[in-house]
Amino acid sequence: MQPILDIEKLEVNFYTYEGVVQAIDEISFTLEDGDTLGVVGETGCGKSVAVLSILRLILPPGRIESGKILYNTAGSSYDLVQKSEEFMRELRGNDVSMIFQEAGNALNPVLTIGEQVSESFLLHRQGELCESVLKNIDEKMEVSGSAPFIQLARRRYGRKLNKARGNLLRDRRYGCLLRREAVRWSVDLLRSLGIPNPEQVVKRYPHELSGGMQQRVVISMALACNPAVLIADEPTSNLDVTIQAQILRLIEDLKERYHSSILFITHDLGVVSEIADKVIVLYAGTLVEFSKVRELFKKPLHPYTKALLHSVPRLGSRERLESIRGNVPNLIDPPSGCRFHPRCPYVMDICRERKPQLYRGPGGDEHHLVACFLYR
Amino acid sequence: MEGHLIEIRDLKTYYPIRGGVIGRAKNFVRAVDEVSLFLRRGECLGLVGESGCGKTTLGKTILQLEKATAGQILLDLSGKLQDITALRGKRLKRLREKLQIVFQDPSTSLNPRMLVKNIIGEALAIHHLARGRERITHVSGLLKAVGLNEDHLMRYPHEFSGGQRQRIAIARALATNPDFIILDEPTSALDVSVQAQILNLLIDLKNELNLTYLFITHHLLVVEHVSDRIAVMYLGKLVELSKTSDLFRRAFHPYTIALLSAIPIPDPDMQRERIILTGDVPDPIDPPTGCRFHPRCAFAETLCREVEPQLEDVGGGHLVACHRREAVAKKYGIEV
Amino acid sequence: MFFLKKRRFVLDLERHPRLKEFNFSFGKIMKNPLSVTGLSLIFIFFTIAVFAPLIAPPPKPQEPFRIPHEGYSVVPKPPGPGHPFGTTTKQYDIFYGVIWGTRTAFRIGFMVVGSILVIGIALGSISGYFGGIVDEVIMRIVDIFMALPLLILAMAIVTALGRSLDNIMKSLIIVGWPIYARTIRGSILTIREEDFVKAAQAQGAGTLRIIFKHVLPNAIYPVLILASLDIGAMVLTAAALSFLGLGAQEGYADWGQMVSLARNYIVGPQGQPLLYWYVVTIPGLFILFFVLGWNLLGDALRDIFDPKMRRK
Repeated sequence: MQPILDIEKLEVNFYTYEGVVQAIDEISFTLEDGDTLGVVGETGCGKSVAVLSILRLILPPGRIESGKILYNTAGSSYDLVQKSEEFMRELRGNDVSMIFQEAGNALNPVLTIGEQVSESFLLHRQGELCESVLKNIDEKMEVSGSAPFIQLARRRYGRKLNKARGNLLRDRRYGCLLRREAVRWSVDLLRSLGIPNPEQVVKRYPHELSGGMQQRVVISMALACNPAVLIADEPTSNLDVTIQAQILRLIEDLKERYHSSILFITHDLGVVSEIADKVIVLYAGTLVEFSKVRELFKKPLHPYTKALLHSVPRLGSRERLESIRGNVPNLIDPPSGCRFHPRCPYVMDICRERKPQLYRGPGGDEHHLVACFLYR
Repeated sequence: MEGHLIEIRDLKTYYPIRGGVIGRAKNFVRAVDEVSLFLRRGECLGLVGESGCGKTTLGKTILQLEKATAGQILLDLSGKLQDITALRGKRLKRLREKLQIVFQDPSTSLNPRMLVKNIIGEALAIHHLARGRERITHVSGLLKAVGLNEDHLMRYPHEFSGGQRQRIAIARALATNPDFIILDEPTSALDVSVQAQILNLLIDLKNELNLTYLFITHHLLVVEHVSDRIAVMYLGKLVELSKTSDLFRRAFHPYTIALLSAIPIPDPDMQRERIILTGDVPDPIDPPTGCRFHPRCAFAETLCREVEPQLEDVGGGHLVACHRREAVAKKYGIEV
Repeated sequence: MFFLKKRRFVLDLERHPRLKEFNFSFGKIMKNPLSVTGLSLIFIFFTIAVFAPLIAPPPKPQEPFRIPHEGYSVVPKPPGPGHPFGTTTKQYDIFYGVIWGTRTAFRIGFMVVGSILVIGIALGSISGYFGGIVDEVIMRIVDIFMALPLLILAMAIVTALGRSLDNIMKSLIIVGWPIYARTIRGSILTIREEDFVKAAQAQGAGTLRIIFKHVLPNAIYPVLILASLDIGAMVLTAAALSFLGLGAQEGYADWGQMVSLARNYIVGPQGQPLLYWYVVTIPGLFILFFVLGWNLLGDALRDIFDPKMRRK
């Protein structure tokens, strides 16, 4: 089975006034179909940059230097790094969707919820919208009976609708009907996400909703077109713990319903252990460990992962928390060789000179990879 | 009471919502609504709750950064308890030597145009505690105490990382040798590994200097690690208060139970039954009648809608404000 | 390290963080060609103003601002020996006029902007920091002053107090300060909610200390940018008022006044419209480059102070 996303040796640099920030240094990982992959790391490790590159949303001065991002679907494989901007626009929101940390920022404050959720439909589902509108008209006609000239008008109407599809949104007469239909679809969508009173909600503006509700709206926008891959960039980090629990439960439900694969970025190890099937750990733009979630917590291999797990307070234990000496490196002038070596308690000479490859963990488990010379 | 450093009695902090041309108060945000607490010398009391529960306002009111609308805050200054809400002028200023705060976001809590030396030394200047050479020595000492060094004196905050800035903020709080420090989410804006460093530092300082902490946070694992007792707030009211170990073993209030079950635990083997609350946190402007938690509570009854529950001791200093605590205890198998 | 290299000091930057900051800002200015242009222009004008007595020695040392004139002929004479820029109506020497006019321009710019800075910051700070009724009252005063029309006010003052440069400066000050009060009030409204202000309060800092050490140093940037742009604008407005006859006396070394003198000779006789180009163009160019210099500097300052453009 081919993984739905296959990232190979991705390298991203930012060309700034102060120098070249080597944000991502040749990371490779895969997302299997139907999996939830947790992306864990601290500030500056590059997790946001990595997933933004998948959607080609890196703006100058950032640039994807090299590498492949393969999107495998329906038997074909597309390298998203090479594809045209038009292709990517078709892809975004449709096949691959993203939700962000601050739901409030992702929503346009001057548009109603209905207008924003329908946007996905209007962009990617015009054909179905047209059919839906025509079907509604047909149903009404059936009920009220129809004289021959009405039938003629209906045929003409259908033809015009289908012909002018591209310009429909600008067309006042026909575009309006499509928009209304899209809002109707949005109401259904919001209801299926458990938002109470969706008919009222679509008329509201984002600032009238609470944080949790806003995030739900953003999630619904992302899922409107049934994407195969959902990228979630710290969607619950700003929410209260009880609301976070609601949203995580919602995401789990939706994953089952829509059969999407999810890339879930977070810095919270607790959230990762709840929601992810597999995990990758990033440090300073490099991938240091990749494994199934249980393995990561039970048998962490990379020194960074171990230190991270020991720095989180454990329930019931008052042991002194371990901290990692040193600071996160400056990516304009990253450490040579393994980027973690200045802070690593197990550092060897080779760590300073060469970059570690991804090696298999002890036992040869191909699902547990670690970038550390200790496991060569 | 003996050994109590602070006693808060029926504290209320309401924010008026002004309207109309003259700006008369139309309604109130009941941020803190009749809260009573005490802290013993040398202990760390954790204060948890979600957004809108009033924990930050409570901290600010204790510090007199917000004016209390009603109630008393009694502080043990030199032997006996005095109501600090009545203090003004010079005496209020002297109070500030004993009571300090560390804010959440280190990037906004330090004046970007001030040198570290002056940020930390400002309190010494204000209270005329040290000048010139003596002041510099004192400030250097504080920097060392928080894990930084003298080179950092003549720098600006933006030259430091988040963790280092928080250390500077802590040094600033320690400058006047306070007895009591309010920590308002001191690690929430920091990375996980940095959080560990700062927590260790705070615990060390508390032990060395015999400080008393009010640790405000929404992060239950952190507060469990650091506090002796924990108080849970919901919508301006205190709903549960107990020793830390006790709270996690036997919480009575349905909100506390939901809160505890919602914490993501970094251990994939721990499968818990999660209690997912319905709805959002309601508005502190117009809180529900009776028990404020009743609209979201699975145990709510008529009594809960009408009468506000009071805090009652269920044994060993464990306080709960819930009419239905027996039913809750029965459901979750907690010994009363 | 631009200016340090020139001075050849071995200044330990680490021990003088304010210097380091200044150096950083200075370095940023130097990298932007437009701001370098602006700074150079201002520097050139500054030099001219300082060395005016040497460049154009005054015939009457006690009244250096009186432009010398040989004769009373109204027809301007083109540039030539003895009059490098020619003469304007009534034979006032243009060269002398523009050189000493530089001093006048700086005087107008600094005095007017200096005064409105003080008034605007004082009122705006009180309004912004204390809020409540004080804020309302001061803002209504600001509204009233903002409604005053400059031209009519200037005419009124000149009629009442006489025609002089000082009187137009007064009207410029009266009309110019409200925007500063508004701007700094806006900044202060944001800054006073910041955590570090609350921290200062928690430490027991008094109101004055908070305003001067915490709030103002952070709130002042937009006002500084406004001020640098205004120096040029004030000179321009003063020149316009002088052109209308409200400003300096005839023969006073002021750029606007000089253009005013040349009023009848802006366009030459039939067939030779540009015959007297020098009477308007030369003072005009001085005004233009002066204002341009300050505008570019204002832009540069805005770029430096923009927190996003700063490091990190």
